[in-house]
Amino acid sequence: MRGSLFRKNLVTALLLAPAAAWLVVFLVLPFVAIAIFSVGERAPEGGYQAALTLAQYANLPARATAFWNTMVLAPVGALGCLLVAYPVAYYLALRAPQRWRLILLALIVIPFWTSLLMRTYAWMYILGGRGIPALLAYVGIEDLRLINTPGAVLLGIVYGYLPLMILPIYVSLERLDRRLLEASADLGATPLSTFLGVTLRLSLPGVMTGFSLVMILLLGEYLIPTLLGGGKVFFIGNALVDLFLQSRNWPFGSAIAITLVLVSVVVLIVANRISTRLSGARRVDLI
Amino acid sequence: MRAFVVAVFAFLYLPIALVVLFSFNAGHHASEFTGFSAQWYGKALSNPFLVEALKNSLFIATTSAVLAAFCGTAAALGLQRVGARTRAAFDALLGAAIVVPGVVIGISTLVALVQLFAVVNPFLASLWPTGQPPRLALGYGSIIAAHGLFSMALVTMIVGTRLASLDRNLVEASSDLYATPLTTFRSIVLPQIMPAVIAGFLLAFTFSFDDFIIAFFVAGAQTTLPIYVFASIRRGVTPEINAIATIVLAASVLLVLLAQWQLGRRKPSP
Repeated sequence: MRGSLFRKNLVTALLLAPAAAWLVVFLVLPFVAIAIFSVGERAPEGGYQAALTLAQYANLPARATAFWNTMVLAPVGALGCLLVAYPVAYYLALRAPQRWRLILLALIVIPFWTSLLMRTYAWMYILGGRGIPALLAYVGIEDLRLINTPGAVLLGIVYGYLPLMILPIYVSLERLDRRLLEASADLGATPLSTFLGVTLRLSLPGVMTGFSLVMILLLGEYLIPTLLGGGKVFFIGNALVDLFLQSRNWPFGSAIAITLVLVSVVVLIVANRISTRLSGARRVDLI
Repeated sequence: MRAFVVAVFAFLYLPIALVVLFSFNAGHHASEFTGFSAQWYGKALSNPFLVEALKNSLFIATTSAVLAAFCGTAAALGLQRVGARTRAAFDALLGAAIVVPGVVIGISTLVALVQLFAVVNPFLASLWPTGQPPRLALGYGSIIAAHGLFSMALVTMIVGTRLASLDRNLVEASSDLYATPLTTFRSIVLPQIMPAVIAGFLLAFTFSFDDFIIAFFVAGAQTTLPIYVFASIRRGVTPEINAIATIVLAASVLLVLLAQWQLGRRKPSP
């Protein structure tokens, strides 16, 4: 009996070992590495020099524009996604004919798993000089600049992250107990108050999940501001690429990255608090 | 509301449709469509840099997805056999691997690997008796490892979900009938989780094939297809990029549809 227990534990350990090693070597250790770098100093030739200082964090205001742009456009973009996503998720979960539901859902999932680079490129194409501005020039509206503006970045954000917002909201609406809606109507509630008091309230965990996921991914976004903002709308992601690949100030870049992770954690905790307060936590399926 | 939903679907798909349409444009200019032609596909596929980048991407995506499918499935099976505390710790790390923005994964892997190589390479050189000692550097290995991190977490979650809904009675019936644990696994558990494993593999492949930002940091001297396309886009928009984009989009759509079909298969045919 002892032997079989030992064998059982050995099998468990062997099953978990590769994943555990992967998580430790390529997630935990790298995170520890940038945490150490973030309290270090920049070597004169651009590398890392061991130190214990908060100078890098004190220097964060030097990249205030990137932080400002990200901290404004990420929540605004996530809100834009939400406003477009909610009616779609509502329709899919509660109104769409059964036989269409899965097809429509697949049509939402597909863009989520297709290259963000290619999908952002599509908008570069549409907003660029030979796209909409060229069409508008035909009808006499000249010199309209669409690309390389904050508006273009916002549009790209909504386009890129819409599926990620729709899916969790759909999941929470789909699991909604329909009898609650009937009960609410039977008790004389107007459709609007049923929506506000029952539907919206019970779907809030999905809303919070979608909002926080989109927010967090937007905090690290690089492609959309680069391609649609044209170097005029700088995000934290742009600052990180610059600091790590061009100006090679790794300690400062590490401090920015750690700050980014901390902000993400705060966003997650706040979103989690809100949704557990309003109702039980719910799982999200990304596929 | 229906009109709004239709408009949103149009918003999601029209830009992609436009890219595909103009990839078949006979003319050079993006503003006017002058007739159908497949010339840009020929141009793209005869560009040696592009073909090289495509081969790299295929190799990296395949390797990282295979590794992720194996390790992720093993982890999902292992997590069924451990206590709540170990499970919670694993779930937290797996969640972090999925949620942490790619840009952070990219730079932290870059920093850690560069430091590691700085220690390991002189050590290897000191051990090497004669000739050129092997040198570790950023490249295929680092991209595969960094992509595999996300992919493995994804596979673990997808397979874990399937395992949670597995019919326990079958497993018990099998061991009551004196099947060895290995036989039970092979004939009961594996067939039931296989669709989830395949779906996880396909999504892992798609993720790695499409990823730009992580590879951008850890690619070293290597080029993947998204890195090549990004560099070309910054030089200017051409129908050739549309052709590549169309190929990549078509491949992703196909893979995602396959993955969904696999996940939708409730019971595998015997």
